[in-house]
Parts: sequence; structure tokens; C-alpha cells
Amino acid sequence: MVQNYVRTKMSPDMAPPATETGIIGWVMKNLLSSWLSVVLTVFGAYVIYLIVPGVVEFAIVNAIWVGKDGLDCRSIADGGRVQDGQAIGACWPYVQAYFSQFIYGRYPLEERWRVDIAMFVGVVSLIPLLIPTIPYKRENAIFLLGVYPFLVTILLTGGNIGIGNGAWGFLAILMVLGVGFVVFQAKTTQSIQISSGLKIVAAIGVAIAIVYLALGFDYGMLDVETPLWGGLLVTLVVAITGIVASFPIGIILALGRRSEMPVARLVSVIFIEFWRGVPLITVLFMSSVMLPLFLPEGVQFDKLLRVLIGVTLFSAAYMAETVRGGLQAISRGQYEGAMALGLSFWQMMGLIILPQALKLVIPGIVNAFIGLFKDTTLVLIVGLFDLLGQVQASFTDPVWSSPATSHTGYLFAAMVFWVFCFGMSRYSIFMENLLHRGHKR
Amino acid sequence: MKYKLLSVALGAAIGFTASAATAGTLDDVKKKGFVQCGVSQGLSGFSNPDAKGNWSGLDVDVCRAVAAAVFGDDKKVKYTPLSAKERFTALQSGEIDILSRNTTWTATRDTALGLNFAGVNYYDGQGFMVRKDLGVSSALELNGASVCTNTGTTTELNVADYFRENKMKYEVIAFEKADEVIQAYDAGRCDVFTTDASGLYAQRLKLQDASKHIVLPEIISKEPLGPVVRQGDDQWFNLVKWTVFAMVNAEEMGVTSANVDSKKAGSPADKRLLGVEGNFGKNLGVGNDWAYNIVKLVGNYAESFNRNVGPDTPLGIARGVNALWSKGGIQYAPPIR
Repeated sequence: MVQNYVRTKMSPDMAPPATETGIIGWVMKNLLSSWLSVVLTVFGAYVIYLIVPGVVEFAIVNAIWVGKDGLDCRSIADGGRVQDGQAIGACWPYVQAYFSQFIYGRYPLEERWRVDIAMFVGVVSLIPLLIPTIPYKRENAIFLLGVYPFLVTILLTGGNIGIGNGAWGFLAILMVLGVGFVVFQAKTTQSIQISSGLKIVAAIGVAIAIVYLALGFDYGMLDVETPLWGGLLVTLVVAITGIVASFPIGIILALGRRSEMPVARLVSVIFIEFWRGVPLITVLFMSSVMLPLFLPEGVQFDKLLRVLIGVTLFSAAYMAETVRGGLQAISRGQYEGAMALGLSFWQMMGLIILPQALKLVIPGIVNAFIGLFKDTTLVLIVGLFDLLGQVQASFTDPVWSSPATSHTGYLFAAMVFWVFCFGMSRYSIFMENLLHRGHKR
Repeated sequence: MKYKLLSVALGAAIGFTASAATAGTLDDVKKKGFVQCGVSQGLSGFSNPDAKGNWSGLDVDVCRAVAAAVFGDDKKVKYTPLSAKERFTALQSGEIDILSRNTTWTATRDTALGLNFAGVNYYDGQGFMVRKDLGVSSALELNGASVCTNTGTTTELNVADYFRENKMKYEVIAFEKADEVIQAYDAGRCDVFTTDASGLYAQRLKLQDASKHIVLPEIISKEPLGPVVRQGDDQWFNLVKWTVFAMVNAEEMGVTSANVDSKKAGSPADKRLLGVEGNFGKNLGVGNDWAYNIVKLVGNYAESFNRNVGPDTPLGIARGVNALWSKGGIQYAPPIR
């Protein structure tokens, strides 16, 4: 009698071979899977070996952490205080001494709390807006885009701008406020018919009047002129103003360029092609070197304001083309569907087309923002000191001059820029993942 | 009606960025209460902000001295850092009152650009720096050398002229930025580093081992640096010119910020300078104690020189041609009488 061996239980799974799991498996699969991979891996490792130890050595191992002037970063043979033969790395005390200047520029010391408040309010109101789960988005956005810019302007400049135009300006403002009040009251009294268009005009007038009064009010704060601003403050002011203002202008231009109205299309095309056709440096130069010659003698615009306008228009042209790319990716059916529902042009754009188009071009938009952020360094050539300009200006200080000073300064500037740009990039990826609706690969 | 009002409000809102000016610079300055001074974006010893953002330097002292003459307060100055390219536009457009930014006095600038140079506060000239171990003691021994310099500046042209004149061969290695030039020189990519002599001393601080380098004695170009004002405003021009002269005169007469009070009772010349006698300040359109304020608050030329670029500073520049005419230099000021 032959007894067949029948297995009644499955044998336990065997562990996968060592070459397929854990670190070894990962390395085999991702780094050494073919000869080409092996070569690339070795090459990459060699490049890392060339760069990383040097940077670490300079920035950390050999760095000098405490000191009171440039002599602490200089060898004794060179007239300094560091032992001869000791390698000298980054001169961090120099960054420490100059840190507040890198942040605020030459903003007066006793007034810097105003910058702090402006930055603090900005961060506190921006973060909830960036986190999708926090409610009150609309109110938050209205505050951030409608109120905050004026709050910052008043805080940073000290307010008290404009009433210098005399009693007439003031009178005009009062009249606008009065008329606006009458228009809004009119509805309840019903004495005259007030059209909704008129109401919008009155609302805009009242808003302008309030802004004008708010900017012109003397808050008793010291008047800090923009040439005193500098460092990260200028970088952020230029970048954020450019980003926030260029986005809506860019959308309008993109819609204009795809419009079927010939004048709107022509104007948009001319605008976009003009601003894309000139380098940003030229724009800045024109605004700072040529513009003063065209104006009557003694009449001058604030230099920072000129730069802000130039940067905004310039990046709006690029933004328009990015957005247009998104619009072109939306199929005709979406437009037709929206029209079939009886939506107006703006409803169609706001509810159907733009939400899809903008989502598609998030990488392009953020790319433009990052580019703009880094382009702010160009303002140095018109005599404004952004972060990099402030760092470079500090190299000339004889007190802190040492062979390592400029290297340290550039390293610091690079780190700050990287943190901001990397932050933007990560947030854009987060938004892409959040908004993907079946388009994802 | 409402639309009209709106446009008025709009116009007023736009108008706040613009401001108007009048004819005389001195009157304007007095009215606004400060001197707007165009300076460099940072040049050691000449105009340079420190870690707290305070400006100092030889060029800055000229602006402070003018403010002292006008207001009796050397702090009533606002500084506008300017790049080399935009400095003249800033002056021409009235954005600044004085340009004190290591600017060389040349015929073109004095005439065609509509500017007036109000004197010379530093006589500069292009020089050479070499490594000591090269064993060179004169620029005439530099045959076959490689020369590091900035692109597109007069220094490059001066080098070409000088080497051709002396029938020497050379090779130019030019860079865009001053920082790159000195790094290349320090890394041994060239034998010679050339720029204005004052710049040589300032850049030397960035070398790995400054003591191994020497500045050769030859100066191959004339670079008289001084404050600049707009042409056609003689009153302001006179004031800036005599501010510079007053500092030089004060040095020559031995008047310093320390002894200026006792000098008020000194020689007749001292009394004239310090406004005890005569009406020299009134004629300039400022108070008679103008020069007293300059010396008291800023110091005489020697004090300014030694404080900013002199032998005791990191730059360590000797007086050389910038010594008084009576001490072998060429700093000379007409008398106040």
C-alpha cells in the first residue's frame, strides 16, 4: 500500500533573496541594475565626493564661529589672530555681525519693530491660507490682498503720504465719501433710482478715498524712505509684490490674447510681446536712468516704486503666456458645456475654465514665481540693495575684510535663497497632489 | 459729477509719489533740511556702510562737511548709493545734491556732461600689485607678465598704453567684477593685479596673505577724485568747493577738531577761517561759523584722511601725493581772505 503524501498545509513563504530586499535590494535595483547604472552611480558618487566634503569642511569643520572682527578670520602671519597653518573656513561671526543688515538693510534700528510686525502679520495670515483644511479662506484672502498691502505700506513707510497735495485733495476725498454715503443710503429712502453700476463706481471711489486717507494719515511714525530699505526686506517686497500683482494681470492678458475681440487681442499681444522682448535689466535701467531725464527737473518717482512697477509688468507678460498654455489645454467641450448651461463669460471662466487651466499649469506658475524671486537680485544695478546686494556691499567693510569673508557671504545668501525657493517648490508639489482630478499618471 | 470727483481723487492719489523742486540747490537743501549725497555702493575707505549701516569714508566726510557748513550739523545728510552707471543721471535729474563717489575729474565729464567738479579730495592713479617672490621692484621689469584687471574700464586701456609705450609684452586676463579679479590674482592666475592705487590697498585686504604682496611705486595714470555738482548753480558749486578747501586750509594752519575752540583766538588767518573776522560764510550763503563747524564736527583734511584710509586703518595708505603742497604733496587750497 502506497501512501500518497498529501500536503495539507501550505509551507510558509520563504523570505525573498537578499539581493531583492532591504538596503542591498534597493541598491541593486536602483543603483547597480545595469552597466550604465553602475557607471553613472560611480560617477555620481565621485562628484559628491568632490563637492560635499569640501563644503562641509569649509562651512562647519574649519569654520570660525566666534570673533569680533575680520582679524579673527585671518592667520597670524597675515596680521590676524588664527594660528599659522590652521585651515580657515567660513567666517560666521561676520554673518552674525551683519545679520540684521542682511535682513533689514539700513532700516533705522529703533524702527525695525515695524518691519517685524509687517512680516509677522504676513506670515500669520498667509499660513492659514496655504493650509487647505483651515476655514475662512475668503475672509483671509480679502484681508491678505485687500488690507494687508496697505497695512504694510503704512508700517514700512510710516504713512503720512499724500495729504501734502493740500486742502483741495482733502476736500475731494471728503466729497467722494459724502457722495458714496448718499448713494448707499439712497436705497432705503428710494427717492432716486440708483443703478448697480453707479453703486460699484461709488464703492470703488469710497475704497480709494479710504485708502488715500489711511495712507495720508500722520501716525506719528518716523518717515523711513525706501533708499534705507534693504536686504531680505527688499527681496521680499519686490518678489511678493511682483508675484501677487502679476498673477491677476497675467490671467487678464492671457484671456485677452485668446479673446475674439480684435482690440483686446491686439493690445494683449503688443503688451506681452513688448515686455517679453526686453530683458529685465533693460527695464530696470530705463526706469532708473532714463525715466528721470524725461520727467521735469526735480520731479521724481520713488525708485523702489519704479522697480515694483517694472518687475510686475515684466512678470505679468510671462505669467500670461504660462496661463495661456493652460487655457489651450482645455478642450472645446468644456467651453461649449459652460455656454450651454447659460453661464456668462466671467462665470464660465471663473467656474469652469480657469480652475482647470490654472491647476494644469501650477508647475509653470511656480516656476515663474521662483524665477521672479531670484530676479530680484537684479535690482542691485539700480542702486537698491536686495539680500545679495547687501551681502556684496558688506564685503567692502575693512573691519570684516578677510580672505573668507566673501565666500561666507555668498554661502549665506545662497542658503537663504535656497530655503525660500525650495519652500515654494515643495508647496507647489503639495498643491498639485491635492488638486489632481484623474489627470495624474 | 461723481466721475469728475473720482478722477480728482485718482489724480491726487497718483500725485503723491511726485514732488517738485525750485531753482537754487542751497535754498532747496535748506528748505528740506538735509543734503542728499550720492555715494558708492561700498568702497573701503571712501564711502562704506558699517555693520550698523552708518556711512563713513573720505567721500562721505565731504558730504558731512557740507552739511556741517549749511546746518551746523554733520548728521543732516542722506546717502544714495549709486552704481557707476547711474551716478551722473542721478545728479543731473536732481535726485542728489552732491555726487561724492570716487569720481575721476575728466574733461568730458566737466564739459559735455554738464557737471562741475568742486575740487579734488584724493589724487589717485592706477598702480600695480605683485607677489614679493616675483622679485620685481619696478613696473618696468614686468615684460611678459600676465595682468589681471576689470573688463571695460579705463584701467584696461591704461595698461595697454603703458606696456606699448615701454615696448613690453603682456597678457590681459580680465574679469567682470572686482571680487573675481582679486580672487584670480590670489589663486596665481596672473602675475600682476592692476587698478586704482586706493583700490589696490582695499583689495589687498582680501588676499590670503597680504604681507606677501607689494604695490609697485609706478603710477601710470592720473585719477583726481572729487565731489561733483550740477553745472549752472554757482552758489552751491562755491559752497562745496570751499568746503573742500576749508578742510585743506585747516590742516595747513594746524587747526584740528581738538583745538578749534582755542584757535578762535589765534592768528588773523585762523580768525578769518573760523568766522571770528570777516563775512566769508555770508558770502557763501551760510553762517559765518561754517568752517568752524566743518573742522569741529568732521575735522581737517588730515584727520579725515587718517581716520578713513590712513596708515592706522586696515587700508594703510600713505599720504604720498595727497600730502600738503608744503610737505611734498600736491594738496593745495587758495587762502580764505
